[in-house]
Parts: sequence; structure tokens; C-alpha cells
Amino acid sequence: MTSINTASRSLVPSDAGLLESTSRYGVGTHPNDRGLPVARWLTAVMRFPIGLAASWFVMAIVVMWALFPALFTSYSGTVGVARQQLRAPSAEHWLGTDALGRDLLARVIYGAANSLSGAFVAVGVGLVIGTTLGLLAGSARGRVDGAIMRIVDVLLSIPQLLLSLSIVILLGFGTVNAAIAVGVTSIASFARLARSEVVRVRASDYVEAAFGSGGTFVRVLLRHILPNSLTSVVALAALQFGSAILAISTLGFLGYGAPPPTPEWGLLIAEGRNYIARAWWLTTVPGVVVILVVLSANRINQSFGKDRT
Amino acid sequence: MSTATAPHPASAANADLPVLEINNLAVSYRSNNDFQRVVHNVSLQVRPGEIVALVGESGSGKTTTAQAVIGLLAENGRLESGAIRLNGTDIAGWSEKRLDTIRGSKISLIPQDPTGSLNPVKTIGTQVAEVFQIHRRGTRAEIEAGVIDLLARVGLSQPELRARQYPHELSGGMRQRVLIAIAVAMRPALIIADEPTSALDVTVQQRILDLIDGLREEYGTAVLLVTHDLGVAADRADHLVVLKGGRVQEQGPTAEILASPRSDYTRKLLADAPSLAKAQRVKRAGPRPAPEGGHAIVVEDLVQDFPLDRGRRGAFRAVDGISFKVARGTTHAVVGESGSGKTTTARSVVGFQKPTSGRILVDGVDVTTLRGEALRQFRRTIQLVYQNPFASLDPLQTIYQIIEEPLLNFDPLPREERARKIHAILDRVRLPQSVLTRRPRTLSGGQRQRVALARALVLEPQVLVLDEAVSALDVTVQAQILGLLDELQQALGLTYLFISHDLAVVRQISDTVSVLYNGRQVDSGTVEDVFLRPGSPYTRELIGAIAGQRNLPMMNTSNHFVGTGQ
Repeated sequence: MTSINTASRSLVPSDAGLLESTSRYGVGTHPNDRGLPVARWLTAVMRFPIGLAASWFVMAIVVMWALFPALFTSYSGTVGVARQQLRAPSAEHWLGTDALGRDLLARVIYGAANSLSGAFVAVGVGLVIGTTLGLLAGSARGRVDGAIMRIVDVLLSIPQLLLSLSIVILLGFGTVNAAIAVGVTSIASFARLARSEVVRVRASDYVEAAFGSGGTFVRVLLRHILPNSLTSVVALAALQFGSAILAISTLGFLGYGAPPPTPEWGLLIAEGRNYIARAWWLTTVPGVVVILVVLSANRINQSFGKDRT
Repeated sequence: MSTATAPHPASAANADLPVLEINNLAVSYRSNNDFQRVVHNVSLQVRPGEIVALVGESGSGKTTTAQAVIGLLAENGRLESGAIRLNGTDIAGWSEKRLDTIRGSKISLIPQDPTGSLNPVKTIGTQVAEVFQIHRRGTRAEIEAGVIDLLARVGLSQPELRARQYPHELSGGMRQRVLIAIAVAMRPALIIADEPTSALDVTVQQRILDLIDGLREEYGTAVLLVTHDLGVAADRADHLVVLKGGRVQEQGPTAEILASPRSDYTRKLLADAPSLAKAQRVKRAGPRPAPEGGHAIVVEDLVQDFPLDRGRRGAFRAVDGISFKVARGTTHAVVGESGSGKTTTARSVVGFQKPTSGRILVDGVDVTTLRGEALRQFRRTIQLVYQNPFASLDPLQTIYQIIEEPLLNFDPLPREERARKIHAILDRVRLPQSVLTRRPRTLSGGQRQRVALARALVLEPQVLVLDEAVSALDVTVQAQILGLLDELQQALGLTYLFISHDLAVVRQISDTVSVLYNGRQVDSGTVEDVFLRPGSPYTRELIGAIAGQRNLPMMNTSNHFVGTGQ
């Protein structure tokens, strides 16, 4: 005991000297202690995710456009008004008119249905086919896994736009075909993600326990592996939604999507391009709408990701 | 004692000054927007050269208290009130920058998880040198020499080689030694050891604790030991502080608390700790079931090889010629440290893998020849319960679905019949019916393990394989589950194969034991035989490493085999 104390004594005085100048913090005066209700309210306001709220607002508006376009505009999306070509934004036409006298706002609003449903189909194709492939590969392993994942590798190695263009040419032009073409390009990433999730879940104790209590392969697959793998896959679907809108608009812009006079955002941008010097809003407004929707989709997806961890 | 022999009264006063004094500490965590207090008015003192153990179960606030001392609370943690005096200076409320000047040099931490606490992409030498560099001690050459010296000091062989190696090249015990080296490098006045050995094997645990003890004696460093293991605390600490729900239940000199605990909670802890002699043998006394029931499990010459990485020839032999027989209605324990082949053996018995050679008979059926539908039907006779109840239950299912699932896999029963069985089994494992609609995440560890047991038992199997089934649980919960297991065995005539690293638990529950070491069986027989007359030096070492034997009054141990035999 004595020897221990002598050893420590050499430490103690120097410590005390070093730490002498410390100020004391009483109760309630810690630097991280915020007391006033006003301050607390302020931090709550500061913490409020404005960007996220705006994103939800944008998505809500666009979905409403797609579902009930007539509530938002009295003009038709396809029929022009005579002698009103290429008008600048005014009280009558908020966003002006195009070369055929069609109200631009009306076309953007009616276009939401085409672009959103296209994106849904595209994500649906990718989600269903990709997840199924990933599920098969991850749970069967061995040769099946190898074969499926090499096909996925090939899909990944082809540039997305080239791939979707080739598919549109094979299937023929049209809104649905363009959507399918965009969906096919996302199969690979869904399959990869689904497979990695399945491999992770498969290694867990509860899956082994399910086999141990007499579960057959298919039953365990459907009852445990699939539901537990889906969380990340659903998050990817939300992310893909944004890029699908972009990709469908790209196809529309290039003329592989919906045929005119269908109001489709990509097509609107392409048509407005000819008048960019005289009527810049014709291409700018649909462009900004596409950008806002894609950004909102990404922001919302990001917030889901944060919640999960 | 020290005051009497000290030459100067001034330094004597200093020596009496506690290294660490915590006064009425309160800590809370923010969840959503309100603060939940988890540590309430904790006060304690650590004097120079002393080991003070903070003992408690998970959620008792022991780690939070320790983290508050060194200023490493989680981001949502907040020091509500109280003083933390280091050598008389209050460091509560110090800024990060200011704390940095004393962390490592005056006060340091030995973390719990030796694997997660070292940077995998830096060599051991660089990581030890870091603490010297942060506190600007010496030139590069001096630091290098200091690192080697330090590594040798904590008992690492070939310190020059170790300094050049990466964490993954070292075993768990060696990594913990490196962490200790980092903690003692600046010869701090106080070391906080947060469960320093919980992730290690028992024999390694003992060596690491010996090392901390030795360094403490040599340097006169005080140690605040955070542990859930009452045995370890009883062995090593001068003072015990028993925490429950963030409040100090009792504190005082170790011997005093062990001899006459004042609070009910401490008494319960002492009674439930399997390593302490006071723990009752769970197993009922009396004649063991007669062997005419035959053997439920027969393992003969079990060999299991695992192929090494592609490109390398040969195989790794995980299990090498193990044989044992388990009489119906009894418990056989397979004991060993990590890598001894005990889990491999269990998985072979349950039929999750095909052994390289050997025979396994369960209920007279040779498991090794089964495949496909026959193997699936075989699963009705034997069930495995996993170590970690947090991983073995599907997080998306309700408890009802979890317990129902095995029933759906075999002969279709009408819905009412299934519900009846589920309710009955839930009563058996002593869970309230209200848990049925809940999901695993809302249950405690002990409750989850009961659900896992219910799932295993709902098929009415003959044999239950328990793979470290109580290792992840707190001592009081562990005692309850062990009691439940015994009850179930008597009521249902089950045979248990109990896999464990914890000899103290094994002593409580089993009838016969096999001790494995590096895949070989080094000892076997009845529990009494193995504990009183261990046949191999390894078994002797294992028994010696059971924590909690030092500070114990070695009397009235009629139910405690060690030390009492003829």
C-alpha cells in the first residue's frame, strides 16, 4: 500500500498544479444547457427541414397535376387557341403559349400524368424484375448466382441511354415503351442491391432457425428473406423515381418517347428549343419543373435513408 | 497506513486526496426532444492505486458514468449536474479542447471491444506512437523506442514484429494488450477500464486482468473498472459500487459487500452470479434418470474439416475425433474457448453441416446420412437455440408469427389448434399472453430468449441444443433462464446439449461435460469428476480461471464442488 502511494504521489502534485485554474460550472450553467423557451422554440424552427417540406410540397403538387389536371387549368393540354401563338407570360397565359397557341402551363400540368406514370412503370419494371433476379441469385448461390450476376454485369456495362434507345427501337416508339426501356436499364442496380441484401439476411440466425424448424426453401425465402431484404430496395426505388423521370424526358426530348402532340415534359423541352431566341420560357419552364421534381424525389429518398439508420 | 509512514504531512494529504471524486453526477440522454435521465446522483471516490469496480447489469448506467468522467458521452448525452473532480479539480463542463490536454496523460480509457477500437489500416506501432505524438513526448527515435518498450511491458512477445503488424494479424487478447499499452503510455493517474475483458476467453481474461493489476501496482495508477461480471469485480476490486437503474445501490469495500450485502439488489446479484459460491446449483439434486431410457445423443469419432481458401491445399480441422453419449433426460455440456470446435460440434449434431467422418445418432437416427425431406422431418426431434436472441428472431414478425412458424412447416393443424399450442407454450416459458402481438424489438433480452425457447419447444422435440444460450444475458436474467431450462427438462423430459464457454454456468446446469481444446476432447465425465479431478492441465487452467474465487470466504460451499471434495 505504501509503495503504491509513493508512486502516485509524484503524479498528484503536478496534476493539481496543472488543473488549478479551472472554473467551476454550477448546476444549470453548462455550456450545452439551453434554458429559455424562446431559445428552444428558435432551435426547433432552425431544425425544421425546410428543404424536405418543400420537396414533399413539390411532389404533392405534381401528383395532383397528374390526377386532376382540370382543377389547375381551364385550357386544354393539346388544343391550341387561334391567333395566340408564342405569347409571352401574361395574366391570361401565366407561362405564355407555344407556336401552336397552346397554353404552356396547361401542357406542363397535363404532361405530369405522362411523365409520372412513365416513371412509375419504369421503376416498377426495374423493381420487380431486378429484385426477383437478385433474390434468386442471392438465395440459390452457386451456378445460378454466377449466371444471373454475369448477365447483370453485362447490363451494367452498357451505357444506360444507349441501352434504352436500343430497346425503344426494338419495341417501337410510345410512352409505355419508353418507360419499359428506362426500367430495363435499372434492373441491374436493383438486382445487385437485392442480392447483397439477400446474402446478408441469409446469413442471419433467424433464417437458419427457420430452416432448423423445418422450413422449406421457398417458404423461408418468402417469409423471411424477401421482407427483410426489401427495405433498402424500396429506398433505391424512390431514388430511381427521380432518375426515371429524367431518363424518360431524355427519350422524349430525342423523339423516342411519346409522339406529339402528347404533352410530355421531355417533348416540351425539345419543342421549345426551336424558339429559344424568341420564347426562352418554352424550354426553360418544363426544364425547371423536371429539375425540381428530380431534386425533390432525391431529397425525400435521402430523408428515408436517415430514418432507417 | 500510508499517512502514518509518510514523511511529510503535505504529501500525505495529497496521497489521501482521491484521484477521482464524483459528486451527485446526473446524466441524461435526449430521445426525440425530451431528456431522459439515466444516471441519478451518483457519487464515488477512487483513491490512488485503488481499483474501484462499477458493477451493474445492462442499462444500469455504469458505462454512461464512466464515459461522463472522460468526457466521451454519446452525442445525445448531457451532463445535467454534479462535479467530477480529477485530483481535486472539477472537470465537469470542460470543453473538448481542454479535455484533450488531460485525456491520455492524466486519465485514459481501455475500451471494451479490442477489434473495433483499433484502426485496421494502421500498424500497431503507429497507433501506440500516436499517444506520444499527441502529447509531444520526445523525438521520433525516442518515441519508436518507447513504443517497443511499452509493447514489451504489456507482455507482447516479439514487440518489434508486433509494432509492424496490423490489428487483424493479432489475436483478441493481444489487441487488448495493445489497447492497454496505449492507455498506460503516459502513466495516467486514472485508467477507466470499460468491460476490458468481456469479449475475451476466460483464460485470456485472467491474464489481461493480471496485467492491469500488475501495471497498477507498478505505476500506482488508480483503476475504475466497469464490469457486469460480479466474479471479476470480486476478484480484482478494492471497492465495489453497485449500480441499478442509474442509482448507486450500495458501495463499500469488496470483502464487506460480499460478506454482508445490505441492499436486496446486491444480494440478488450475488445469489445469481454463477461464478460465486453462493449461487445455488440450478440442477435438482437426487438420482439422475436411469440410463435404461437409452442415449438421446451419441457422437462417435466426429471429425469436421473446413477447406482452406482457394488455391491452398489441405484443410483446417475444426473438430478432431470427438465422442460422447448423452443419456435421455440429462444435460451434457460441451465446454471450450473460441475456436475449440464446440459450435461446430453443435451444428453437426443439429444437421446444419455434414461431418467429414464419424457418426451422430440422435434418437437412434444417424444424422449424417439424412438429406432433403428426411432431414426436414428429423428437425422435429431436435432444435437449436442460439446465443444471441437479438439476431435469432425475425425483426418483422410478431411473437405469435414467430412461435407459429414451426407448426406451419409440418402437418397442417387447424387454426384454433395452433393458437391453443402457442398459448400453452407461452405459459410454459413464463411469458404473458400480451407479448403475442408485439415484435421482438420491444422485448428485453431475457424475454426474447424465452420466445426463442418457445419457438424451439412448440414442435415438442426430444433434444434441445443450446449454443451459448445464456451467455448474452445479464446474471439475474441468466439465472432465471437456467431455472426455466431445468423446469422444462423435468416437465417435458428433454435432453440438453449445452454449449458454453462458461464453466461456472456449466457447473450449475449439467450432468456430464466434455472439455474441448483446439478441436480435441481433453476431458470428459460427470460434472463432479471433471471439476474435482480434472484430467488435463487445460481443464485445470479453465477451472482456475473462473472469476470470483479470490475474495470469497471459502466456507459453507456444500453446493460448490471446487475446494470441497474429499
